[in-house]
Amino acid sequence: MSIFVDETTKVIYQGLTGSQGSYYGRLNREYGTQVVAGTHPKKAGTDVDGVPIYANVAEAVEATGATASCIFIPAAGVRGAVMEAAEGGVKFIVAVTEGVPAHDEAIFYNQLKRDYPDVQLLGPNCPGIISPGKCNIGITAGHIAKPGGPVGIVSRSGTLTYQALYELKQKDIGVTTCVGIGGDPVPGTSFIDCLEAFEADPETKAIMMIGEIGGSAEEEAAEYIKDHVTKPVSSYIAGVTAPPGKKMGHAGAIVSGGKGTAKAKMEALEAAGVRVGNNPTEAGELMAEIVATL
Amino acid sequence: MDLFEYQGKQFFAKYGMPTSPGKIAFTVDEAVQAAEELGTPVMVKAQVHTGGRGKAGGVKFAATIEDVTEHASNILGLDIKGHIVGRVWIEKASDIAEEYYASFTLDRSAKKHLGMLSKEGGVEIETVAEENPDAIAKIWVDPVDGLSEDQCKAWVKAANLPAEAFDGTVDILLKLYEAYTDGDADLVEINPLILTPEGKVHVLDAKVTLDGNSVFRHENYEQYDETQTRDERETAAHSKGLQYVGLDGSVGVIANGAGLAMSTVDVINQVGGKPANFLDIGGGANADVMAGALEVINNDPNVKAIFINIFGGITRGEEVANGILEAMKRVDIESPIVIRLDGTNADEGRAILEPNLSEKLLMETTMLDAATTAVQLAQ
Repeated sequence: MSIFVDETTKVIYQGLTGSQGSYYGRLNREYGTQVVAGTHPKKAGTDVDGVPIYANVAEAVEATGATASCIFIPAAGVRGAVMEAAEGGVKFIVAVTEGVPAHDEAIFYNQLKRDYPDVQLLGPNCPGIISPGKCNIGITAGHIAKPGGPVGIVSRSGTLTYQALYELKQKDIGVTTCVGIGGDPVPGTSFIDCLEAFEADPETKAIMMIGEIGGSAEEEAAEYIKDHVTKPVSSYIAGVTAPPGKKMGHAGAIVSGGKGTAKAKMEALEAAGVRVGNNPTEAGELMAEIVATL
Repeated sequence: MDLFEYQGKQFFAKYGMPTSPGKIAFTVDEAVQAAEELGTPVMVKAQVHTGGRGKAGGVKFAATIEDVTEHASNILGLDIKGHIVGRVWIEKASDIAEEYYASFTLDRSAKKHLGMLSKEGGVEIETVAEENPDAIAKIWVDPVDGLSEDQCKAWVKAANLPAEAFDGTVDILLKLYEAYTDGDADLVEINPLILTPEGKVHVLDAKVTLDGNSVFRHENYEQYDETQTRDERETAAHSKGLQYVGLDGSVGVIANGAGLAMSTVDVINQVGGKPANFLDIGGGANADVMAGALEVINNDPNVKAIFINIFGGITRGEEVANGILEAMKRVDIESPIVIRLDGTNADEGRAILEPNLSEKLLMETTMLDAATTAVQLAQ
């Protein structure tokens, strides 16, 4: 099994007519994702490679029965796009766009929790989600992941996620689902949301968690693992040597006021029984050791 | 984006918060002229993007114009934690009865805005939080609802400020929240917020960090981009749109993706080297971006070796390899380069690089081996 999305998930692409949207929309469809519709307020009635365009998400849902959407809309429009998707009736929203203002993220995160508690938002600023062999929503290269199981991956970083998928594939280890939660200060989906879903998924037997400096999401995840996760977890945290006060590429990757250091996160995870690697390769090797004992 | 104190005060003033009249000065003459216009006594305050100015001698009281001359000469050019003072803020001096602290920032855990108010101002809030946490009154504001007047009053009450400071503080906090949200700030901080002997509440210092992602809806924020503290390398990288952070080692780093770039810096340290920088060239690795990145690294005199760490995802290995070779033709690179190329079509990419390998261009298959080689070459 997989978490959040599978081969039956029908997906609307908000921004399918744009350059990024059409590029990744095509790749996702080639992978096997059910790309059923796109939206554009002024291009309703047209199509992109045969995928029909509707004026908005509500109309696209009405026509196709889609339950998920993927947002490739410029940062300024993401707040509107997320709310449009929730109002339109989809239950899973992937916001790939980077550069969304933190205040917008704080508003739509809380608005969703209040008015649409059953809607799961992934991102913004995330690579998306892939359930290998079934569904790929976002910008992950599908062929670097081996379908099946037994590993579930959750990560704050795009390229390190790809690295993890690739290293596991080299070792002939399959993945149930790989979720990129993104590097922004207010991610719609947290480590804990994913850990909970992986714990409940019978096909996921082990979990790989890739974090980075900034915030306290990894520490909170460690607490959760200690109390609620029975499956083995391996981890890697990027940014051990990052200087304080500097944003390391991601808006959320910053050590400020002595908080959010990689060291504190690694210690919290180790205390929760997680096997922590010193680099991505080591974390992959640790996972291979775990898988060998399953 | 970090604002200087005076920019922060001007930002606050736009939202109606009471600040002192002042003028910015880049030279001693300008400082004297500003003091003459404002009338002494004045404060002479170093404008730098770092804390601890007072301790470093960067904030002085000037009773007379002679004092202004003396202090401005001492402070301009002063090194405060590596920041050289290039401008001073000359401000009408205020009488202080009490000092408070007020701020708003995002609580990433609670995913709500966190307001902090304390009657123990004028010292670092981290110190108060450690030594006397009860002295900080906190409020969590739902971003959807905003801060209501009633909530704000209850919050100020919880902070136990004296009665005479109550109304003025409520008024300033409501405006501070408006500045924080309307202005897309990551942080707004007033420390100290003062009560004058006349019973007026007043902003005496301002620390503001704005969200760089919000520039598209704040045209005037471009002015702050120009006053960011960046070293030469960071300025060059910024002008090319590269995500770059300068470090003080000898191994130049180029990687695609923020996580991989951070990881690359970590691995160089792990094998005993010192990275010269963090540089994320983003998802792809085309010749233009790669050439720009190599140029920035090549201009760093401390760099003795370069480690290019690329993971091909959607971008295929052969495109990456061709991008690197093309970029190397455009930039005359002095230091040896070690490439580690992995991911999609890595074999094809490596095959393209193979005939071009030399003592100036090396290739390794793992991140750890590549880091080790780069560190050896840098020594």
